[in-house]
Amino acid sequence: MDVLLPRSLDEALAMKAQRPEAMPIAGGTDLMVEVNFGRLRPPAFIDVSRVPELSVVQQENGHIFLGAGVTYAAVVVGLTVCRPLVQASRSVGSPQIRNRGTVGGNLGTGSPAGDALPVLAAYDADVVLRSQARGERSMPCGTRNAMVIAVAGLCLQVDEDSRRVKIALGSVGPTIIRAREAEDQVSEAMESAGVWQDRTKRPDDAVIEEFAGRVAAAARPLDDVRGTAAYRRHACQVLARRALSWALDERALPSWL
Amino acid sequence: MVVRTRVNGEWREAEVWPGSSLLSLLRDGFGLYGAKNACEQGECGSCSVWLDGALVCSCLVLAGQAQEREVRTVEGLRDGTQLHNVQQAFVDAGAVQCGFCTPGFVVAVADLLEKDRNPSSVTIREALSGNLCRCTGYQKIVDAVNLAATRLQART
Ligand SMILES: Cc1cc2nc3c(=O)[nH]c(=O)nc-3n(C[C@H](O)[C@H](O)[C@H](O)COP(=O)(O)OP(=O)(O)OC[C@H]3O[C@@H](n4cnc5c(N)ncnc54)[C@H](O)[C@@H]3O)c2cc1C
Ligand code: FES
Ligand code: FES
Repeated sequence: MDVLLPRSLDEALAMKAQRPEAMPIAGGTDLMVEVNFGRLRPPAFIDVSRVPELSVVQQENGHIFLGAGVTYAAVVVGLTVCRPLVQASRSVGSPQIRNRGTVGGNLGTGSPAGDALPVLAAYDADVVLRSQARGERSMPCGTRNAMVIAVAGLCLQVDEDSRRVKIALGSVGPTIIRAREAEDQVSEAMESAGVWQDRTKRPDDAVIEEFAGRVAAAARPLDDVRGTAAYRRHACQVLARRALSWALDERALPSWL
Repeated sequence: MVVRTRVNGEWREAEVWPGSSLLSLLRDGFGLYGAKNACEQGECGSCSVWLDGALVCSCLVLAGQAQEREVRTVEGLRDGTQLHNVQQAFVDAGAVQCGFCTPGFVVAVADLLEKDRNPSSVTIREALSGNLCRCTGYQKIVDAVNLAATRLQART
């Protein structure tokens, strides 16, 4: 086995052209597990982790260019304009994994559980591919045809400017449902407990529990083959409790973590 | 292949199988046994070191990726015979039982305190989420972080 260490993108592409069987390795957080367990033995690795062109983040007339080698840690610190990608990146693994794992590696592995992928798909991202023979081409990061139909879905937003928690439910009624009573209750409770003023504060657990109950009460689910109405309502309660707890944990963290 | 790396300030080189991890370069190549091999899949953090200043699991770095780079390990924390503040705090807080996870935790805590001298409990838990301990139940470890942070603040 060989390890090739290119210092520029052109050099990396030349190496790949010469040794087509060589496998790029970036953070190694997917590949090294396979190597360590003896499941992967490529004839050569090309280390792309020090190719400077791949760690570029650029904003240009409303578009974001994200190098394949940008780590999750770099997204968290540097890409605050794209909150959903920051949030997805923060949820990956641990600090050690986020310091090495890259968005390009997430695409390369292409696991349906890849946390960066739904965000790229939601933004209609284009993936730019480059090789020495074919130059540059771009393809849409389409959603895969693996249909997963949710039994319940929930989107929670903590809006610091208007001091409101907003929550929408999917798959548990004829339309998307906003749980407005729950929103009022929790937003006001956070006001009176001084949570909006101080990011390290949390409302009492009882407030979160009441919020979850009100969210579940707002759902209007049906029984069908994928789940009963009672199960869906219960799922809303659990999701609401978790989503709010996670959001409160996250706003208490320093911005580098 | 021969890998040349600056480890704790000193340039060293060793011959390794090209598929080796940085962890095995450190242990088998350089005889630095502080970073531990427990899971080899990035889950436990007992192999934590700094690569060019970033906290990483050395089991997931290909040894060749550390070529001509800077690595800092738990062995580099001590100053002569004087334990590092974080190491001393682990001893004083009783945060060590079998000790297998300890070097990884010490490195992760030192990394945390370099970024945040007064971490909240949520920050501590998140910063240490990549390190597993099968013995202590974590509370003593969190106590050690708080102790190290308090001493760090008292110093300056
Ligand atoms: C403990 C642990 C926890 C994890 N948690 C999560 C999680 O919560 N969410 C999640 O989504 N993933 C998680 N992962 C998986 C992994 O961290 C991610 O998929 C990460 O994005 C992989 O990036 P990498 O740079 O480390 O990839 P690598 O392992 O270096 O490479 C992965 C694949 O991408 C290819 N590749 C990489 N860069 C390029 C490039 N520039 N051009 C062409 N091909 C390329 C490689 O050839 C390989 O096929 C976890 C992994 C571990 C070990
Ligand atoms: S041995 Fe590296 S994370 Fe467990
Ligand atoms: S002290 Fe034994 S694993 Fe942590």
